[in-house]
Amino acid sequence: MFKAFCCIVMRDLTLAMRRRTDVLTTLFFFIIVVSLFPLGTGTEKVILQKIAPGVAWVAALLASMLALERLFASDFADGTLEQLLLTPQPLFVLVLGKVLAHWLLTGLPLVLIAPLVGLQYYLPNDAVITMMLALLIGTPVLSLIGAIGAALTLGLRGGGILLSLLILPLYIPVMIYGAGVVSASAIGTTDLQAYFSILSGFLILALVLSPIATAAALRISVE
Amino acid sequence: MLEITNLACSRGDRQLFTGLNFSLKPGSLLYVEGRNGTGKSTLLRAICGLFLADSGEISWHGKSTRSLAEEYTQEVLYLGHHNGIKEDLTGLENLHISTILDGDDVTQDQLWGALKKMGLKGFEDLPTKVLSQGQKRRVALARLLLNSARLWILDEPFTALDVAAVDLLQSVISNHINNGGIVILTTHQGVALTSGQIQRLELGRKKSRHV
Repeated sequence: MFKAFCCIVMRDLTLAMRRRTDVLTTLFFFIIVVSLFPLGTGTEKVILQKIAPGVAWVAALLASMLALERLFASDFADGTLEQLLLTPQPLFVLVLGKVLAHWLLTGLPLVLIAPLVGLQYYLPNDAVITMMLALLIGTPVLSLIGAIGAALTLGLRGGGILLSLLILPLYIPVMIYGAGVVSASAIGTTDLQAYFSILSGFLILALVLSPIATAAALRISVE
Repeated sequence: MLEITNLACSRGDRQLFTGLNFSLKPGSLLYVEGRNGTGKSTLLRAICGLFLADSGEISWHGKSTRSLAEEYTQEVLYLGHHNGIKEDLTGLENLHISTILDGDDVTQDQLWGALKKMGLKGFEDLPTKVLSQGQKRRVALARLLLNSARLWILDEPFTALDVAAVDLLQSVISNHINNGGIVILTTHQGVALTSGQIQRLELGRKKSRHV
């Protein structure tokens, strides 16, 4: 079972390496959205510092949304998804593998690029580190929740719009606490454990429930 | 042993077939025939578990395939209209991935051997998107040589293949049946069998005929 999990992760990473543009679009989308705000609102330090956490998280949400459509779509189109459903491996393990690969390609780059946001928005160093940590815990939740929506809207016409309507509301709690912890850190609060506990709670809940829900949704969509 | 009892399937509002009954013993081949749109592919998808039938029971060795779940999918190899291969991966990678996911332990030599036998010598290391339609089909069919599944469900396996590949596939299928496997296929092409039992099922008549 573990072998199959690794196989799926490696497969999706290899595929992504052969189509690098797909990976880079998400990252550049994030960078561009984040860069638009200072241009629009002016470069006043106080304002930028105040909006930074919210902007970074909204951009992360939209960027991860953008990449979601592709999570199962190409496998669905070429019939490999059917084959995945018919392997003797538990489907939720394969789903988890796909989500992990997806996060490594679209979530992790956002975490790594976060210091750039910090620079643009005059965030103090502590707040930048906090933001990276929050994104590190939060973005996998986004991928996991998004996988359910991607599986449900698979093969539908206009699935992309429907996907955002389904999934964005579910992202709200992650965004509230994710942005909250960065704001708190930016004004010098040192005790951030409550925020991180809640974010980690979301992650654990999503890790347990999302693959099962996604697997069920895939079976319905393939019919 | 595969048993189908009282199977009924519909797509949307259209009833494709009802009250379908048949059973297949080890070492038998079933041709599913019928005009386009009579539900051949749907029947095949229902048997392998990709499509949920309206009513009826599909059982494998006396147990419902739904309750067997992964124990049943271990026994099934399905090849549909799509080849189920990734165009950005090479034939070798595609085959390797599917054998790992199918839970079969296969060496590199066996992978190369299977592709060579399918007439893909020299094409093993190319991304499958540069291959022709027939060659892609051959990559997909190479799985048949390495798989331990006993029930093969093949939907139009001969499409896009040239004469040599058709001959090869026919011999692979009859080999599988000689070894006690079961094959269900939709095609207009005959398969010569040296042993085993051939059954035909015609969909789309007033009453499905089972010979």
